[in-house]
Amino acid sequence: MSESDSKVPNKPPKTKPDFSRRGFLKGVGISGGVLSTGVLEPVAEAESTAKVDGPGAVPITLNINGKAHKLEVEPRVTLCDALRNRLEITAAKRVCDRGTCGACTVIINGKAVYSCTTLAIDAQGKRIETLEGFSTPAHPHAITKAFLDHDAEQCGYCTPGFVVAAKAFLDHTPNPTEADLKTGLGGNLCRCGTYMGIRKAVMQAAKEMKSAKVAKGTAHA
Amino acid sequence: MPDTTTPNYHWPPMADRRVIGKSHSRLDGIQKASGAAKYNSDIKPDGMLFGAILSCPHAHARVTSIDTSGAEKIPGVTAVRVIMGPGKEVQWGGAEVASVSATSEEAANDAVKAIKVEYEELPFLVREDDIGKAGNRAKAAGEQVTGDPDKAFQEAAYTNEGDYGIPVITHCCLESHGGMVAWDGDKVTYWPSTQNVSGIGGDLGRAINVSAANIHVHQDHIGGGFGSKFPADLWGVEAAQLSKQSGGKPVKIFLDRKTELLIAGNRPSAFGHIKVSADKDGKITAWESKTWSTGGLAGGGLSADLFPYVYRKVPNRRINHTAVSTNTGSARAWRAPNHEQASYLTCSAIEDLAAKMKMDPLDVFLKNADLTMREEAYTSQLKKAAELADWKKNWHQRGDSGSGPVKRGLGIGVGTWGGAGHASQCQATIHPDGSVEVELGSQDLGTGTRTIIAMVAAETLGLPVSAINVKIGDSTYPPSGASGGSTTVGGVSSSTRKATVNALDKLLAAVAPSLGTTPDKLEAVDRRIVVKGDTSKSLTWEAACRKLGTNKISEAGENNPRTAPREGLNTGGVAGVQIADVSVDTETGIVKMNRLIAVHDCGLVINPKTAESQIFGACIMSVCSALFEERVADQQIGRVLNPDMEFYKLAGIMDIGEIIVHLDISPENDKRGVVGLGEPPAIPGDAAIGNAVANAIGVRVPQLPVTADRVLAALASKGGNA
Repeated sequence: MSESDSKVPNKPPKTKPDFSRRGFLKGVGISGGVLSTGVLEPVAEAESTAKVDGPGAVPITLNINGKAHKLEVEPRVTLCDALRNRLEITAAKRVCDRGTCGACTVIINGKAVYSCTTLAIDAQGKRIETLEGFSTPAHPHAITKAFLDHDAEQCGYCTPGFVVAAKAFLDHTPNPTEADLKTGLGGNLCRCGTYMGIRKAVMQAAKEMKSAKVAKGTAHA
Repeated sequence: MPDTTTPNYHWPPMADRRVIGKSHSRLDGIQKASGAAKYNSDIKPDGMLFGAILSCPHAHARVTSIDTSGAEKIPGVTAVRVIMGPGKEVQWGGAEVASVSATSEEAANDAVKAIKVEYEELPFLVREDDIGKAGNRAKAAGEQVTGDPDKAFQEAAYTNEGDYGIPVITHCCLESHGGMVAWDGDKVTYWPSTQNVSGIGGDLGRAINVSAANIHVHQDHIGGGFGSKFPADLWGVEAAQLSKQSGGKPVKIFLDRKTELLIAGNRPSAFGHIKVSADKDGKITAWESKTWSTGGLAGGGLSADLFPYVYRKVPNRRINHTAVSTNTGSARAWRAPNHEQASYLTCSAIEDLAAKMKMDPLDVFLKNADLTMREEAYTSQLKKAAELADWKKNWHQRGDSGSGPVKRGLGIGVGTWGGAGHASQCQATIHPDGSVEVELGSQDLGTGTRTIIAMVAAETLGLPVSAINVKIGDSTYPPSGASGGSTTVGGVSSSTRKATVNALDKLLAAVAPSLGTTPDKLEAVDRRIVVKGDTSKSLTWEAACRKLGTNKISEAGENNPRTAPREGLNTGGVAGVQIADVSVDTETGIVKMNRLIAVHDCGLVINPKTAESQIFGACIMSVCSALFEERVADQQIGRVLNPDMEFYKLAGIMDIGEIIVHLDISPENDKRGVVGLGEPPAIPGDAAIGNAVANAIGVRVPQLPVTADRVLAALASKGGNA
């Protein structure tokens, strides 16, 4: 857990630093998505600080990629729809409509989360990172570059979700084995069949991110 | 003399190529992997309205009343349209009944829910696996008999009979089906998710009575198609009508996942009882198949003509096929339409025959290669695949797989496909400042089309790939065919080659005098126009283009499928062989992919990197359909039970094992020209995986997908032992 996590209210309970599909889904629940309702984490739900004034639109503020966005949404609006329909932040895709495929993955307080099963109002006060926040065509992230190198994309519709999931995975698991990777990215689906490239890309990115960290550390020392 | 000769469009000799044949990263890869690529489902112009579709929950019903007043009262709703009014008959679940548009997606969805429809439910059929229950919904095609199958079966040394089935599966494109439409006076702009940029405008126009000339289509990226995204569809038409009724404002409709899985296309099923015989040496002598399938209400789907698949020349054959009409969404082209099913049924029957003869199926497939249309190709591919699979070491007699609970097995599948280039036009422009653009009304499905167009232009013009500005995805560009049937790469590479050769010839003619020579003595190499054999005399590309003064060069090139065969730039007709290597836990029934080995004809490969990705992807799709995918319908209630991605299962990154691709890049293959690779590698995998499971556990699991319950049931049927 990074230092900044400790400042966040409703800090999720510590979980193992590796991601399983079960853990991934559980993480979604803890973050206040639909899945949490009385099923997985009733306690976390009860502690939610979101004031629900619905069914009409309520003003909310979302901290996305370090910027505060003020908007009005109905309490039922998912974070995914708030990003795509209100803010035109569209790297996260809506594909399965129900927390299965991972195309809508964003990072909330350092954890990969399905934004289609997270309500926008519940994402208030949390640090939301989308792909646009850490990778742009002008300054592509190491994972983005590795996806290009290993042709880990075809139609590209699942790709942003995979890159975001890969970042959250590598942030928690900087020295992954192939087996770690297969479990860690098990919460995302691709239809074109780009998994072979994704495996290679994420392993390459892990190496590069690690050596970049070492280089940075050396420079500071 | 050189001025009057036909331009030389031929691909440069392999050894001379600087760009073609070298792996190049896809041009839009960074855009896609940084989330900057905008799909039409991502765009949201000012004032855009959200459209939504009301679907029928019943498999077969008549609308008796429809009341839209509740929907019209919802704040933000701009239009409500009835598609199926009272008296209209709905023929499958999920079919469109009404549509709405509203200022927010929530309001649109509320409005759909507020529409009250009363139905009279009608009799339905939603399952076809038991043809005995299909009644008059089953329509048999005529029997085809060749030779004397009865006599051949009587005289055969070995005969095997088996039942096989492969269910309906869906395309499940991750970007759902849909698009956005806006009107400006009598002009329409259409932003679809389509495999058919040049043609879809006309399709929409016919439905809304607007000439194609007044419809502008634009699409930068498409999130998956696989054969399901050619027409404008009713949802495109509804978006247009809702927009018109809302003052022309853009209306965007993308189907929700449930509706997409129900009505936006699927691959027909195939079931069959197959009898096949051989002489004492394992030569196949007779074939008899009784197959049936459904492609939805129209029946359709499979054709009897595909049997026996690849091994076409079995001398004695009796073939019967029955189409079953069901109240389910209509089938669409699905990456190699009907070939996976035919391959699965045929190769399963051959493998079972081999097991009965206690022969190595590799030998049987090889021994009968003369029954295919391309004996040499299949022989060499079978041998190559076997070598890569280490077949001789790893294969064992069926069921002879050790005493532990986990059994390993190998299996073979074969395939064939056409794949010659489609009709395509390209406009290549060289500007006086040296910039180059190539324009085609084509689309990049993720296959890397954009990139190979740039590579062909770069090769011809002696420029780096980055110097080519590829413009595709717009109906104002010269028309290029829809992307289906593995025809795109052949079509666009040939038209681009011709257009750029034509443009270069014009440039060489313009600069030849200043180099004191004739155009035929010049060539474009490494950003320079040089005199052949005399590098001291040259101009940089930019200096050469400046000689054009204020006049750009703009030349067309066309691939015409009628004349293409004699031009030799592209071709069709490919063979493919795959070998699957699986492990099956006989206690849990779970199948684990170890390896899938894919050996395919590839012709001239423009970009090995994306060609390999095509094969990886196709193999993974086969793992999905062999082990996971099935549209499950319930005949009691007439519903599809799994129209969602939780229970309509696709393979994840941990499920696919290793995939080994062999691209046979050789001078001999290269001479054939460019061949499409989209469908061919999607064909043999189902058969190979099914056969590998049978080899592992010693008994055929008749129906795909090979789920744990089916494995256990098959084991139980033979006495519980592997």
